[in-house]
Amino acid sequence: MRVLMFGWEFPPHITGGLGTACFGLTKGMVKLGTDVIFVVPKAYGDESHPGFRLINASDVAMDFKDSEQQEFWNKIKYIEIGSNLVPYLEPEVFETLAEKETRETSEKTRTIFFRKFKFSGKYGKNLMQEVSRYALIASSIATQYGFDVIHSHDWLTYPAGIAAKKISGKPLVIHVHATEFDRSGKNVNASVFEIEQKGMQEADRVITVSNLTRQIVIEKYGINPEKVVTVHNAVEPSYRHETATIRKHLKEKVVTFLGRVTYQKGPDYFVEAAHKVLKRDENVRFVMAGSGDLLNRMVRRIAKLKMGTKFHFTGFLAGAEVDTMFAMSDVYVMPSVSEPFGISPLEAMRSNVPVVISKQSGVSEILKHAIKVDFWDIDAMADAIYGILHYDGLQKLFVQYGKEEVDNLKWENAAYNVLEVYKSVL
Amino acid sequence: MKFINLCFQVHQPYRLRTYRFFNIGLDHQYYDDYQNRHIIQRVAERSYLPANRMMLDMIREFGSSFKVTFSISGPALEQLLQHAPEVIHGFQELAATGCVEFTGETYSHSLASLGSKEEFIRQIEKHRDRINDLFNQRPTTFRNTELIFDDQIGQTVAELGFSTMLTEGAKHVLGWKSPNFLYCSEANPKLKLLLRNFRLSDDIIFRFSNRDWSEWPITTEKFVNWLNKVPEKEEVVNLFLNYETLGEQQREETGIFDFFYTLPGAVFSDSTYNFSTPSELSEKLQPVAPVSVLYPISWADEEKDLTAWLGNELQDEAFGKLYGIEKDVMACDKPDVIRDWERLQASDHFYYMCTKWFSDGEVHKYFNPYNSPYEAFINYMNVLSDFIIRVNEKDKPAKEAKSKKSVTKPKVKAKIKTKTKTKPKTKGKAKPTTKIAARKPRVKRATTTKPKKRN
Repeated sequence: MRVLMFGWEFPPHITGGLGTACFGLTKGMVKLGTDVIFVVPKAYGDESHPGFRLINASDVAMDFKDSEQQEFWNKIKYIEIGSNLVPYLEPEVFETLAEKETRETSEKTRTIFFRKFKFSGKYGKNLMQEVSRYALIASSIATQYGFDVIHSHDWLTYPAGIAAKKISGKPLVIHVHATEFDRSGKNVNASVFEIEQKGMQEADRVITVSNLTRQIVIEKYGINPEKVVTVHNAVEPSYRHETATIRKHLKEKVVTFLGRVTYQKGPDYFVEAAHKVLKRDENVRFVMAGSGDLLNRMVRRIAKLKMGTKFHFTGFLAGAEVDTMFAMSDVYVMPSVSEPFGISPLEAMRSNVPVVISKQSGVSEILKHAIKVDFWDIDAMADAIYGILHYDGLQKLFVQYGKEEVDNLKWENAAYNVLEVYKSVL
Repeated sequence: MKFINLCFQVHQPYRLRTYRFFNIGLDHQYYDDYQNRHIIQRVAERSYLPANRMMLDMIREFGSSFKVTFSISGPALEQLLQHAPEVIHGFQELAATGCVEFTGETYSHSLASLGSKEEFIRQIEKHRDRINDLFNQRPTTFRNTELIFDDQIGQTVAELGFSTMLTEGAKHVLGWKSPNFLYCSEANPKLKLLLRNFRLSDDIIFRFSNRDWSEWPITTEKFVNWLNKVPEKEEVVNLFLNYETLGEQQREETGIFDFFYTLPGAVFSDSTYNFSTPSELSEKLQPVAPVSVLYPISWADEEKDLTAWLGNELQDEAFGKLYGIEKDVMACDKPDVIRDWERLQASDHFYYMCTKWFSDGEVHKYFNPYNSPYEAFINYMNVLSDFIIRVNEKDKPAKEAKSKKSVTKPKVKAKIKTKTKTKPKTKGKAKPTTKIAARKPRVKRATTTKPKKRN
């Protein structure tokens, strides 16, 4: 079976959970013998790249060495499209970013598109036009490649999926990793909502990453429940051994928040819970790892609460730093206000760190060995943190069974379920 | 006869390196050695060295009628001795002429006058000894960090035997009074006050090379003309500048050195002014009136209050935590701990956390290693957190070893023990916090000066 997949980021250029999920899922599918053509928009228009290009797996600069990885890259095609699409951007934020980019690249790119695609629209003035441009290119790709099914990840790629379906007549599966309601809370952007809804309506099947998201799709977007299937995410098994060598040098216990510091992730509840814990026990340090639009507000808040020497900020962490952070942590907290899935607690558990997660997260549907609290219930959150830190039995239990639980969440299983969804529409 | 009182501040802090959470408890190297060396050498080359040479030339030319005063902070002394000792030699040469006065200040250019009286006194005395060692002169004039002054600070300074203190000629304190007289402190009339003429001083510091300014360029003739416009009865014009103004803030190309080099000649030939130093002035002149300052003033910005260093959440938290550990620091009495304790007190760290400079740009960005006050705060607090660990470890090594053992053994007992362990700790910390509370009103009062000003 051959799948034409539209995504928006792929390792090593990932900014969040979506890239990790796409990578894991694709890997799982390749293991099960599926061919994947993966199309991604390029994050920033480098001058040296033409607007559209096809990259063979071997051309992609990556430092994977083991044979398994090689095999993986042999089986998938990786296509990059010159576009300014950046994940997690609000249309408003994008506008300002795009303005800068456009001045430099627009002329060149425009001529290319006139010639190749007879594309008459304007380039890069706003996010919506970018999305439609991606769709236009998608339809062209659809005529050039043979495939059995189309798979689109999240709203930026839905129009692309729809376009490919119209051209090829092949079934479309869209994969909802997050909805506009998760990202923006009450300030839902109407055009984004519209694109999402259109995608779900046009799709033959909608895959959601959790039942929580499935409910949102059914209730808020009015999609027929029979069309919507939940396939939970998984986590890559940890190959890294260096975590074992990192020794914690702090006397105090460390409680960690790791993620974007934005409304969706609930950083403020973490701060308030930290304040409650520190009132009872001074021998704890809290760490907020990540950056985002609420970061400065969090810094002011912890100063106001006089926690400056017990609450620390690391900024955005990547790669080995994340491993170090987990290795230093005694509790991991994910207080997300709305989290369609949430892979990071699984990564924490993989590193033997007990987790406290919000009930408003998709991952809470599948985890047994984690403490689940409502994101707004800072008392319960503080209580859970304090409990894990002080009652050794609890901690041991979580570490032992948590690791086991996570190791059983394999991407192959998720990929198998996705293939089942494909089969139902073929 | 009128007097020009020319005073220069020499200060460079120990800037912190990027010190991350991962470093806490692991390494205790807090300073950006490369950057600090680079800056002190650059400033020495562009400013201190040529300026010292010029001062010496002027003294040689005009004999004892040209006089100048320096306030040199401890960190500046240390860094110059280490990386540009020829600057210190220059100051020593100047000291030997007898035409130069050195003032006292807090050793680490700290805000200790607002944080802790004990530390304030300790630092003043340490600095006084250091100046005496290096320049063979025991300061009798005091210049507090950033010219911060209020009645209580004045009282403390007077008790330490200083006869004169320099501060800002803040309009909201002086009202209709002119800064161009000798005053005395109302709280302790023995302490004479010399107030900065901020208009004429800032003309040089900030506006000297500003071509958008209607008075640009300032020539010595023009400046002497301004001096001559000072009303006849007024006695002293206090020009308090940063020494870096010469050559660093105002580059050589702006003509700043020529301006100063020709100033004394023009003053002597075209005016009735003479140069003098603070301690001379407080003997020569009679104080015209007492001045009372209830809320601390400083030289900074338009407000002339403390808000460049204290007042926002970030600054208050950092400041409170820093002075909250004073007792523990003094109890552990290790040279490296005391050294870091002093360096962390430098006012610069709090200046970097100022959120005002979103509007007050230019001046605050100068020498600032951070992109935002938030970054400054995060970095400082990481360093401070590590420092607190060191202080606590050194404080009670014996006790700690015991409690560690008990934690690893039986669990239930350990729990009870950790509870009892935390109790004395909170007791110990309760004292400093009440101390902060006692200090706090002073800071708060400072912020309330604004509405007062409007009235």
